[in-house]
Amino acid sequence: MTPDLSTTWLGLKLAHPIMPGASPLVDDLEAVAALQAAGAPAIVMHSLFEEQIIREYEESERNMDAHSDTYVEARSYFPRRDLFPFGPEGYVDHVRRLRKAIDIPLIASLNGASRGSWLDFGRALQDAGANALELNVYDLAADGTETSESIEDRVVQMVESLRRVVKIPFAVKLSPFYTSLVNFARQLEAAGADGLVIFNRFYQPDIDVEALEVAPTLRLSDSTELPLRLRWLAILYPAVKIPIAVTGGVHDPVDAVKSVMCGASAVQVVSALLKHGPQRLGEIVTGFREWLEEHDYKGVAQMKGSMSLLRCPDPKAVERSNYAHLLQTWRQGR
Amino acid sequence: MVQHRTITVDGNEAVASVAHRLSEVIAIYPITPSSTMGELADEWSTMGRRNIWGALPDVIEMQSEGGAVAAAHGAVQAGALATTFTASQGLLLMIPTMYKLAGELAPFCMHVAARTVATHALSIFGDHSDVMACRQTGFAMLASGSPQEAQDLALVAHAATLRSRIPFLHFFDGFRTSHEIRKIEALEDDDLRALVPDDLVKSHRDRALTPDAPTLRGTAQNPDAFFQAREACNLYYDRCAGIVKSEMESLALRTGRRYSLFDYAGAPDAERVIVLMGSGAEVAHETVDWMNARGGKTGVLKVRLYRPFSVADFAKALPASVKSLAVLDRTKEPGAPGEPLRMDVESALRQAKDEGLIAREPRVIGGRYGLSGKEFTPAMVKAVFEELAATRPRRQFTIGIADDVTRLSLPFDREFDIEPPEVNRAVFYGLGSDGTVGANKNSIAIIGEKTSLCAQGYFVYDSKKSGAVTISHLRFGPRDIRSSYLIRSAGFVACHQAFLLEKLDVLESAAPGATFLLNAPWGADEAWESLPLEVQQQVLAKNLRFWIIDAWKVANETGMGSRVNTIMQTCFFAISGVLPRDEAIAAIKESIRETYGKKGEAVVAKNFEAVDRTLANLFEISTKGRAAAGVPRPAAVSPAAPDFVKRVTAALMQGRGDQLPVSAFPPDGTWPTGTARWEKRNVAQEIPVWDPAICLQCNKCVFVCPHAAIRAKVVEPAALKGAPVTMKSVPYKQTEYAGREYVLQVAPEDCTGCVLCVEVCPARDKENPRHKSIDMAPQAPIRDAERANWDFFLKLPEAPREEVRPDPKGTQFLEPLFEFSGACAGCGETPYIKLLTQLFGDRLLIANATGCSSIYGGNLPTTPYTTNRDGRGPAWMNSLFEDNAEFGLGFRLAADARKRLALDLMAPLAGRIGETLAGELAGGASESSEAAIAAQRRRVEALRAKLSGAGDPAALRLLDIADALVRKSVWIVGGDGWAYDIGFGGVDHVFSTGRDVKLLVLDTEVYSNTGGQQSKATPLAASAKFATAGKETPKKDLGLMAMSYGNIYVARIAFGASDRQTVQAFLEAEAYPGPALIIAYSHCIAHGYDMAHGAKQQKLAVDSGIWPLYRYDPRRTAAGEPPLKLDSPPPKVRPDEYLRNEARFRMSEKLDPARYRRLIKAAERAAADRYELYRQLAGVKLPKPPAEEKQQ
Repeated sequence: MTPDLSTTWLGLKLAHPIMPGASPLVDDLEAVAALQAAGAPAIVMHSLFEEQIIREYEESERNMDAHSDTYVEARSYFPRRDLFPFGPEGYVDHVRRLRKAIDIPLIASLNGASRGSWLDFGRALQDAGANALELNVYDLAADGTETSESIEDRVVQMVESLRRVVKIPFAVKLSPFYTSLVNFARQLEAAGADGLVIFNRFYQPDIDVEALEVAPTLRLSDSTELPLRLRWLAILYPAVKIPIAVTGGVHDPVDAVKSVMCGASAVQVVSALLKHGPQRLGEIVTGFREWLEEHDYKGVAQMKGSMSLLRCPDPKAVERSNYAHLLQTWRQGR
Repeated sequence: MVQHRTITVDGNEAVASVAHRLSEVIAIYPITPSSTMGELADEWSTMGRRNIWGALPDVIEMQSEGGAVAAAHGAVQAGALATTFTASQGLLLMIPTMYKLAGELAPFCMHVAARTVATHALSIFGDHSDVMACRQTGFAMLASGSPQEAQDLALVAHAATLRSRIPFLHFFDGFRTSHEIRKIEALEDDDLRALVPDDLVKSHRDRALTPDAPTLRGTAQNPDAFFQAREACNLYYDRCAGIVKSEMESLALRTGRRYSLFDYAGAPDAERVIVLMGSGAEVAHETVDWMNARGGKTGVLKVRLYRPFSVADFAKALPASVKSLAVLDRTKEPGAPGEPLRMDVESALRQAKDEGLIAREPRVIGGRYGLSGKEFTPAMVKAVFEELAATRPRRQFTIGIADDVTRLSLPFDREFDIEPPEVNRAVFYGLGSDGTVGANKNSIAIIGEKTSLCAQGYFVYDSKKSGAVTISHLRFGPRDIRSSYLIRSAGFVACHQAFLLEKLDVLESAAPGATFLLNAPWGADEAWESLPLEVQQQVLAKNLRFWIIDAWKVANETGMGSRVNTIMQTCFFAISGVLPRDEAIAAIKESIRETYGKKGEAVVAKNFEAVDRTLANLFEISTKGRAAAGVPRPAAVSPAAPDFVKRVTAALMQGRGDQLPVSAFPPDGTWPTGTARWEKRNVAQEIPVWDPAICLQCNKCVFVCPHAAIRAKVVEPAALKGAPVTMKSVPYKQTEYAGREYVLQVAPEDCTGCVLCVEVCPARDKENPRHKSIDMAPQAPIRDAERANWDFFLKLPEAPREEVRPDPKGTQFLEPLFEFSGACAGCGETPYIKLLTQLFGDRLLIANATGCSSIYGGNLPTTPYTTNRDGRGPAWMNSLFEDNAEFGLGFRLAADARKRLALDLMAPLAGRIGETLAGELAGGASESSEAAIAAQRRRVEALRAKLSGAGDPAALRLLDIADALVRKSVWIVGGDGWAYDIGFGGVDHVFSTGRDVKLLVLDTEVYSNTGGQQSKATPLAASAKFATAGKETPKKDLGLMAMSYGNIYVARIAFGASDRQTVQAFLEAEAYPGPALIIAYSHCIAHGYDMAHGAKQQKLAVDSGIWPLYRYDPRRTAAGEPPLKLDSPPPKVRPDEYLRNEARFRMSEKLDPARYRRLIKAAERAAADRYELYRQLAGVKLPKPPAEEKQQ
């Protein structure tokens, strides 16, 4: 019997839950076509960064516009600026291009940490043809004057604002760094979010000890990052009604199986695709299907949430004792 | 007549719009002030704007104007409609082809923003010396005097060339018309179609060269045929004037604007008439109206169709009553009996009299005016009319200057002013970087669009590329504005930078009762006291209304950064009364939304907030009961400056140059060097401050400084006795100068604040790595102390040149003989030039191609090349853009000739000099090392001593020329536009001569000086003007081409990647006994990133393989080594890591990401291929030359 792999994510009916997550791959129409050919059920775009919008605007103003009309022989030093969509226009244009190029759902992404009017771009993305959005809350709580409550309030207000601006469904992409994630997730649900994506991965700074400089690094994920997400999937799944997707650490079919078992409606794959190319997606999907076949599952629906806190045989292991146990065995191992 | 919409444009845009819509092929080459026309045409084609036949004009940038007109020539002969835009030297380069086009009766129309031809000096400003050099080519010449006319007559010219088959040169005054912004009535496509019907185009196409109906053109003819054939075109010229008249009539039918071949304005019974063409005619017209309204009987005859010159129409246009004519020429022909227009008029009058067209010949006098854009004002027009009224007027005169040498100039009343009160006049002083000009352009657009007022804007810039001062002149009035001159009496004067009050007479142009707006960081209560004394006096004497705002504060509070443009624009609208305040504010906001809407609400909101906050921070300061008791304005230059600097240079610096008489100037263009040091510009808000405690004493900051504003010395501790208390020093760390003190000093008033030194400083505080040995700090609080330190530092002894180690650190103890240039803050070219002067400055001749390096190197008022304590230093000269390599070769030929002469003179005197000394002198005359030069200089001194007192001619002649026995170093310097494009033929030929010249190519990979047009050095994928979407073809490998000769030393360098290799290359090139080429990576503002990161980007360029470093030294062959040595390792970072930091590449990506990726891949492949090619070449050993042939 062929298992029914279909799932619903943000109101979008998907052929299966394994989709390419937000990555630079979607910049390239050829890569997007390859993803679609590999069976991607939807395309998630990389984020339109709030900082990127503001910074690009400011940089282009400082390093290009500021030189115009400054010297008698040169009216400017660059071809006409309005030909070039610096800032959000380029992204919006790309949404338009992608929408034309593919026939699967397109999920655009906004990335920011403030309530600023950049959320208005959500509407531009909707108008450009995005079927859904990810609101990527990329926020490091480094401001000592802000309480954890006010941080959460800010995100909730962002969700409320975006809800007012767009009609299409959107998910909130979170980091794991919230004190009471379950409570927070419920607030987001109440504020109008249509789904949750867990978890964002922060770019981690490294230190160049010779130059005494901070050296930002980009490290691809591996399967060891999955368990954190599995735990929270398992905890959140019974706590909220909105669907949850997992991102970070899904590299092979079994990772996907685990994710769905813990409650994921969708599974996003990024690092594996960056490492091995778009066709990797098809391999994971095939492996996923085969796993379900081999284990005689009727489909995703049957599997979804089976290992969540609601139904798993040993909820305590998910919540806490796993930690104690592991620590002890680790010590013994030494 | 059709109703036409109005547009607010400058002359260039007005003309280009017509030309673009009437052309299929547009071949151009950038040259000021015409570049904008080509750029706009390119932009429009890129944006898909089509010509009136629905086709996309093909805009192509060529390697020179000669190439541009040749391409157009070919296009025309093969049946296309072609145009070009040019000026000045560019036009001169087109002349040979222009003869051809005219001789072939080839319909072609070119547009010229008329500009001065370089003579004793280059000038980018407007006069007719270029177009007058074309009057003999057979081209028809049509002159316009305003942006409206330029648009209209552009159409007439395009139509008339097709109908008459005579090629047309349509011209208008460079800058005054090309850059003047005016509200004009636009010509629509249907207007163009009405004058250029398809049958005209068809006849042109029918004449095209085609193998389907072959003909042959361009024959060579013999005496039996040429003359008659040359006369066969006469009928076409005879018909031309009539055709132009009828095209003007057609234009009038559609637009109501009527033009004639000669337009007369003034009294029908005028007795005195001025004849002239271009924008000056508008000034004369305005003045004639004013004089006649006061009972005068004067007139002006505007010459439109200058060639073919229609005597009949000229005669008809002149009122019969005229008794005397003054013909004004905007050009000078030294040695001619008169300037060309005047000669033509006299000749035409004689002919008209002979043919009975006029009853009597009026008396004719002639004058030169307005050379190089010199102001031409109603006062000067009035003076000419007064001269015409004199019993014995001067037959030949000049107007607009004071000629106290040949006394040709007419006096004029500088205070005379005829501008009507209903014209609103505003003058704005600002900096290029604060956005003043942009804001004013926007204000003109707003007023032009929102009101029925006529609007005019004109912008004056100084010649600096950092901290440039701009002065904007805006007029708004109910009637057409003919005032093509700067505002002399303004109802509104704004000063957007308070420090300018100390440098310039900002309120000179303020009319009595005018409004004075000042942006200053002073509170309202301290505003009055903070004004310089002279400003206080003027405010009181002229009874000005004084307003003040702290725009930086508002900008800061609203996140606008350093751009105060929107804020100051709001102030202008709030208090100038040009528009009702609320209406004006609403219009500004609307314009903000239009400009920034696409960038997002946050940006719009930020600007809106700035507008709103402005009004709350704008205060009127009551002048009631105020006294003028401020501090007087400081002297323009130090009292220590030389007399010439005080008399002449200081006046130029203060904007008083117009008042200098002829006698103040050298007659041959020869100027003293070392003047930049007297112009303390105080451009930087923040300057570097040194922490000696953590300094590594590496001198990297000194090396990288583009303005030689941070310097190092090692001195005996005793030399620091009496140093100012704030002066810093630290014991020198290395052994070579053990026991001495290391001093690092910033020139606080010459630094431009670019931050390059901080970026390259490797010394971080271990406890607080944010702190480096060089950090930036606000200039104002430390200016006085550091000035004293700097002055003391300059007097400290220089390093003995022969002791200095020839490495990057050592070279930076050598005195730079290039300092404080007007180059951009963070310039990537000037560190190389500075290094050149440090290494060889005392024996250096520089031939400098036109471009950035000739502007910051040689544009008045002050110039950066200077001398050492012995009075030696670089002798510098700019000839042209295209001829620089050959010009520099001439320096070498002369130096060698002088050396040969000296040796020849010395040989018979060897007995008196001493055989040993004479032998050593002969032997040392070609030596180039530091030690050899020093030794040779000592020998020359010994020679002088030996021959001192000698009276015989042979000895005296040798003494005269003895310095020629010390080798002169000839460096030929220029940018990539010169070396890769316009001057390449010469560069190549100079290589082939094998002579001892060194070429330094400052490669910014783009035409920087004229504003970022692509050159053949522009790399793949970079966006530049004429390669908007990113350059499709790879950068030309100039180095490899030079290597193909086999006997050229070639180096490719980037100081930010390896200062060691840079220094090596300079030293080796200098020592190489033949031609040398150094291609130097020069970061540039046209790359689109913060120049503080210039050195870092250079390193990335090298590390990514985009810019491999190498040295090709033919001498290595003799040593059994491959001549090519690769100095950089294989690419170790992805090119994208380099490319993504620069807007020029990011723009290509933004425009078309997929195409960009394709180009990037191609660039990556090209970089890898090139590296591989070099790597293999670097393994190629050539057979050693046989011993007897070993020369190198």
